[in-house]
Amino acid sequence: MNFDLNATQALSLKLFKEFAEKEVQPIAAEIDEQERFPEETVAKMAEIGMMGIPFPIEEGGSGGDTLTYVMAVEELSRHCGTTGVILSAHTSLACNPIHSFGTEEQKEKYLIPLANGSKLGAFGLTEPNAGSDSAMQQTVAVNEGNHYRVNGSKIFITNGGYADLFIIFAMTDKSKGTRGISAFILEKGTEGFTIGKTEHKLGIKGSSTTELIFKDVLVSKENLLGQEGKGFKIAMNTLDGGRIGIAAQALGIAQGALDEAVKYTKERTQFGRSISSFQNSQFKIAELQTKIDAARLLTYRAACLKDKGAPFTTEAAMAKLYASDIAMESTRESIQLLGGYGYTREYPVERMYRDAKITEIYEGTSEVQKMVIAGSILK
Amino acid sequence: MNIVVLLKQVPDTTEMKIDKERGTLIRTGVPTITNPDDLSGLEIALRLKEQNGAKITCVTMGPPQAESMLRELYAMGADECILISDGKFGGADTWATSNTLSAALSSIPFDLIIAGRQAIDGDTAQVGPQTAEKLNIPQITYVDEVIALTDKKIKVKKSLESTYEIIEADLPCLITTLSSAAKPRYMHVKKIHEAFAKEIRLITFNDIDIDPSIIGLKGSPTKVKKTFTKEVHKNCDVLVLEPRESARKIFETLLDNNYIGK
Repeated sequence: MNFDLNATQALSLKLFKEFAEKEVQPIAAEIDEQERFPEETVAKMAEIGMMGIPFPIEEGGSGGDTLTYVMAVEELSRHCGTTGVILSAHTSLACNPIHSFGTEEQKEKYLIPLANGSKLGAFGLTEPNAGSDSAMQQTVAVNEGNHYRVNGSKIFITNGGYADLFIIFAMTDKSKGTRGISAFILEKGTEGFTIGKTEHKLGIKGSSTTELIFKDVLVSKENLLGQEGKGFKIAMNTLDGGRIGIAAQALGIAQGALDEAVKYTKERTQFGRSISSFQNSQFKIAELQTKIDAARLLTYRAACLKDKGAPFTTEAAMAKLYASDIAMESTRESIQLLGGYGYTREYPVERMYRDAKITEIYEGTSEVQKMVIAGSILK
Repeated sequence: MNIVVLLKQVPDTTEMKIDKERGTLIRTGVPTITNPDDLSGLEIALRLKEQNGAKITCVTMGPPQAESMLRELYAMGADECILISDGKFGGADTWATSNTLSAALSSIPFDLIIAGRQAIDGDTAQVGPQTAEKLNIPQITYVDEVIALTDKKIKVKKSLESTYEIIEADLPCLITTLSSAAKPRYMHVKKIHEAFAKEIRLITFNDIDIDPSIIGLKGSPTKVKKTFTKEVHKNCDVLVLEPRESARKIFETLLDNNYIGK
């Protein structure tokens, strides 16, 4: 067991910290307030190789590892949960399935532009009647020889309004249940494929969450990802990796809120002394930082297992379950430490509190994580 | 085109504290950074490379720890990094430093040398100009913009306090750059991964032809007799006056103390 970052990871972390402080923090409140997707930040991330961190250089990536990618999501989320999830959805949910299951041609055509940041990706699994029960896919893809004819819709798709490429799931054979689900790569602008309603949300307001609508969309056979009927496996495998990204987002939000609380308690004076000198503040800060560190270790462990090629499903579920829980606790308690000011938009902790909640819901709710963890223990 | 950029790793002076008893800087725990003016010089070099093509060699003189800075420079886009390091070079003032640099540069090909205007730790702005003198090449200081660069000539905008000059010089030439000249780019994640596989060329005392009496602490004519922090005397006169009277009083005080002229 080794808790040290290697030289490349340490230098990458330095870059992410600097980038997040200079480029992400200054506009975080504004994009929340205006519910604006930060296109300029995505372009800047692309310029410095952040859109394909864990993928090989020949696949358009930066040649890094999952841990480096996790630290990037964490540092972005420390200042802005929106920016964190844009990178996480793009990397874990769009690039990763092509990297893991795509053909050489698909990697050449789709992964390279995604990983080098010239295109943005999204992932479409959730439907109105297929949330935690994602096997209940009602979107259908009918094999018509050279192509599939896709009909149906998806909801709550992160990056939906701005993505160029989508990984989508549809039933190719209803009679086979989960073994009848297939995955496809779909390009924006394909005839019959439209972006529906954009959601207005409690938090991560700058991220684009939309509906996807498929009306007689013809998808070429070359765009089938993996084999027909293997879609559910691809989705589950992808979400395992995605959960490490969301754990990192939650971790970043938790740390960001505590950073604010620490700064504030040192500055704020009440009863003639700094409120950081009160034991209540001290104990709260001590407890929160300990829990955040525990969440960090869980998250980094899952990332390191993935990098080693070892199984990480349970560990990723634990990381997400715990980190999202701590994100809620840290943001809630940080508001309490800031008191009335914490409740206002003058300080970022109220935004972080709103941003934290989604980490308990998407890419598998906390309840689903518990099912995964218990399933692996009680098997 | 060979562009050499001179850079220095310096303590982050915004985090620096002073040991008031001993009159020295407390360096323990203070993070090091690349001198800001020098980074602007590297950014200018990288842009020139993007426009015209060039090989960029980053050169620093310092202790072995300066390697961490050179890895960052690789991650920003430097083609080669050279560390001039030897116990014999240590403790050098600007004169001894430029003696060492100019001797080392005789083995490094260059058409253009870019140095930052000054380092935030010493604030002398002497090493760049002295190096040019010792290499016997033209120098242009306080460069805010490179207007044109050809194989033979360079044309720049030199900033002065209230005006600027457009200057052209023959190559090879040395310029010193201001922080405002170019905002340095971020490192690139891919280049970070490549940076640690790249070689850092080490130049020691044995690699250069130089008289040992003109280098390092012993070869430095500057002798620091005493270092101390300036005492700040706060003598505040608190006057409670009507606004008009306050304005008059402020004006008279500034005038009496020669802060403003009549």
